[in-house]
Amino acid sequence: MNGNLLELAQDIIRRAQAAGATDAECTIAEGEEFSANVRMRELENLKEAGSRGAGLRILIGKHTGSSYTSDLSPEGLEHLVKSAIELGDITTEDPHAGLPDPEEFGAIDGDLGMYSPDIAQLDTAVKIDMAKRAEEAALSSDPRISNSEGASFDNYVGRHIFANSRGFAGEYRSSYCSLSTSPVARDGESMERDYWYTMARSFPGLEAPEQVGRMAAQRALRRLNAVKVETQKVPVVFEPRTARSLLDNIFEAVHGMSVYRHESFLADKLGEKVACDALTVIDDGTIPGLFGTSPFDDEGVASRRTVVIERGVLKNYLLNTYAARKLGMKTTGNASRGLTGNAGIGHGNFFIEKGVQTPEQIIAGIPNGFYVTELMGFGVNIVTGDYSRGAAGLWIKNGELAFAVSEVTIAGNLNEMLQSIEVIGSDLDFRGSVAAPTIKMGEMTVGGK
Amino acid sequence: MQFSDSIFATRFGISRQDLENYLGEALSQGGDYADLYFEYLLTSSISIDESMVKSAAQGVSMGVGVRVISGERTGYAYSDDLAPEKIRKAANVAAHIASAPSKVEKFDLNEGRKHNLYPILVAPTETAFTERVELVKRADRAARAYDPRIFQVQAVYADNLRQVMVATSDGRLSLDRQPLARLSVSALARQAGGPPQRGHSGGGGRVDLDYFLHDKTPEQFAGEAAREAIVMLDSVEAPAGEMTVVLGPGWPGILLHEAVGHGLEADFNRKGVSAFSGRMGQKVASELCTVIDDGTIGSRRGSLNVDDEGQPTQRNVLIENGILRGYLQDKLSSTLLNTPSTGSGRRESYAHIPMPRMTNTFMLAGESDPEEIIRSVPKGLYCVNFGGGQVDITSGNFVFSASESYFIEDGKLTRPVRNATLIGNGPEALKYVSMVGNDLRLDEGIGTCGKDGQSVPVGVGIPTIKIDRMTVGGTA
Repeated sequence: MNGNLLELAQDIIRRAQAAGATDAECTIAEGEEFSANVRMRELENLKEAGSRGAGLRILIGKHTGSSYTSDLSPEGLEHLVKSAIELGDITTEDPHAGLPDPEEFGAIDGDLGMYSPDIAQLDTAVKIDMAKRAEEAALSSDPRISNSEGASFDNYVGRHIFANSRGFAGEYRSSYCSLSTSPVARDGESMERDYWYTMARSFPGLEAPEQVGRMAAQRALRRLNAVKVETQKVPVVFEPRTARSLLDNIFEAVHGMSVYRHESFLADKLGEKVACDALTVIDDGTIPGLFGTSPFDDEGVASRRTVVIERGVLKNYLLNTYAARKLGMKTTGNASRGLTGNAGIGHGNFFIEKGVQTPEQIIAGIPNGFYVTELMGFGVNIVTGDYSRGAAGLWIKNGELAFAVSEVTIAGNLNEMLQSIEVIGSDLDFRGSVAAPTIKMGEMTVGGK
Repeated sequence: MQFSDSIFATRFGISRQDLENYLGEALSQGGDYADLYFEYLLTSSISIDESMVKSAAQGVSMGVGVRVISGERTGYAYSDDLAPEKIRKAANVAAHIASAPSKVEKFDLNEGRKHNLYPILVAPTETAFTERVELVKRADRAARAYDPRIFQVQAVYADNLRQVMVATSDGRLSLDRQPLARLSVSALARQAGGPPQRGHSGGGGRVDLDYFLHDKTPEQFAGEAAREAIVMLDSVEAPAGEMTVVLGPGWPGILLHEAVGHGLEADFNRKGVSAFSGRMGQKVASELCTVIDDGTIGSRRGSLNVDDEGQPTQRNVLIENGILRGYLQDKLSSTLLNTPSTGSGRRESYAHIPMPRMTNTFMLAGESDPEEIIRSVPKGLYCVNFGGGQVDITSGNFVFSASESYFIEDGKLTRPVRNATLIGNGPEALKYVSMVGNDLRLDEGIGTCGKDGQSVPVGVGIPTIKIDRMTVGGTA
């Protein structure tokens, strides 16, 4: 069955048309996953499996219906088609529903560096050894690292197929491997854990296990003996890991579906200054080798580079075909979905353009402030921009990281927070499809004692 | 349900002998224990937006997960194809974890006792779509009719029917048919000059469709979502700092889920990485607090007749009058700790390794009148509805986000307050519980818990409680 998945997708579309669909889209995903966990120097879990499934979306005029199955037998496919068609009866006629306009279909040519065959051929013993080395490096780096939640090596190899009734048919393969470890540091009554990881499309792209382990240990150690500070307003610095979560918030706010429903604090603000001059946010699904790259989106529209915020001015929302039609705009090639349902919206490589100051230079300029290394909870309201999250990190005193802080909150409103960004760091590093350098914000309320 | 009537026997032709053979292959390289988890899952969902039913989807997923345990090691493999050669292949892959002769000799599969907590003849997933689509349409109409300031309504109805079969090398054969349904409504309101505000409501459980027609109607959920959105139009920013917090009954029980529940899962404690590790028998809450995890409450979202390792669920006392009494155990942790399983082994699907998880977690009622609790607070915050929560089990720090709260001033509820994150430390926070109401309520049936990338449905519950000291993360 391996080579013919594209034909299978086209066959499913023909069956749907024969059953009454006026248009149809089919996604097939196939993948193999592996993971090895070690803990306290011993192998703990080994998991290995492959799976695949097919999803179908049909249109009968302007009515849609969707279905999916992991049963690709002839009976399974028949059921898949019947399931989608019958739902066309209960959905409402929606004037904006439908496939993209034909001129939108396309895919980026050339090698996007998404797949490396070496990952499928890796020896299990090598992978287990990588995990053991990462954990060992953490455990042996300091006597206060006396326990561990373990280390894991994961890899995935998959194929993604998409075809529709207007003649688009495309497929791509992808692979990744990752190595992470999560040591526990202890000093008296204080116990803290943190983690670090490396991820790559190909095995040689991973950082050395020792480097991952030492970094994880250093992160856990610096959290020890944290105190709760007094409630106060101070400048806040987000390190890259927490700055990334701000980008997640921006993504939700420029998400076309949230925008047309007016459930975003950035709705109706195109062309307006929504952030400080220093902030430029880009979505780029075309950068070879990165994790948010793909030749086409989940509607068969070519991936591209979209400037979302340029020097503080909101330039573009991220759109699929449906949101674009609702807003009277063009799709930005950001359609995203699993196997089934109407297309949602996703991002490619979504990042903040780097600035010039190093994190050390940024911190050196702050007499009293909070360096946030961890954010917790779901206290961000994209409708209003209200922001209130649990936080932990390090207190900045006279330009230096002085002591650990935990069990506090930081709060503000994203409208004001984006305007109050003062400095963007130079330390942009893609460790996933969302990447941000260190960010220094103006004053926020730190809630503590 | 008997094995011979199950879909696995009737449609896929699997026999008891096959199960024993697969277990035999799983243990062919050695190992202490093996199990097979078969799953056949039907799902459907219908959503409405801008008064149009824009999306309806249904699907089938099936597969089998094979697990082998050897000492502290677990080997796991799965197949989404139930053909014999594919199951055998998965069994052989999982078998590689072991490398010593197996001590398990004979399986003798027996169907053990189990509850019948959701005796539903026709699951919602098995009803006509024409009936189910009315639920979202009714919700949409009701939310819009609530107040002219409501301008956006979205409602999602989703259900599934999961048929599972677990066969274990210690002789257990368990079958279950697990229906689940949920209706969620979100409403946006605005009035001149101000930003829009959102309200949210929803519920369901292991119920039949009649539940939404008689017990909790779309109009009730829609009215609740619209009410919250309208109330929030006049809300003020949350305060910041330590103060007295009163939690309303029901869904605010998410406090227990985050503050103590996760920290009492046995895997974390076995490894010594939980803030509750080594604290058994110690005082971790005020004596007013008794916290239970109970997977046996009829029709509840978090309930199961058997857990995902085939073990009957039960009622587990976690904290009794403030003293830590028990952990939540799965097969692996209970074997390694030499203690009985508590029926808490759960997994998201056949593609996932089971872990100790919560079911329905709640605090027993106390004796205080809820109104008296509020009257006793000169200045504080009363929180009645929440978004999600999160915990760092090692430090014990947890947060949960209040979507609807009110200031308490001189014992009276005054202005509505929006978006307040509450933060505390698990083994400490409940020590400040000074009053517990007589009004225990379980949530409406909307919770989903995530751990290690696996999501499972759960329930929570709590009476009105007063916490003398908790940090509130606002701006004011």
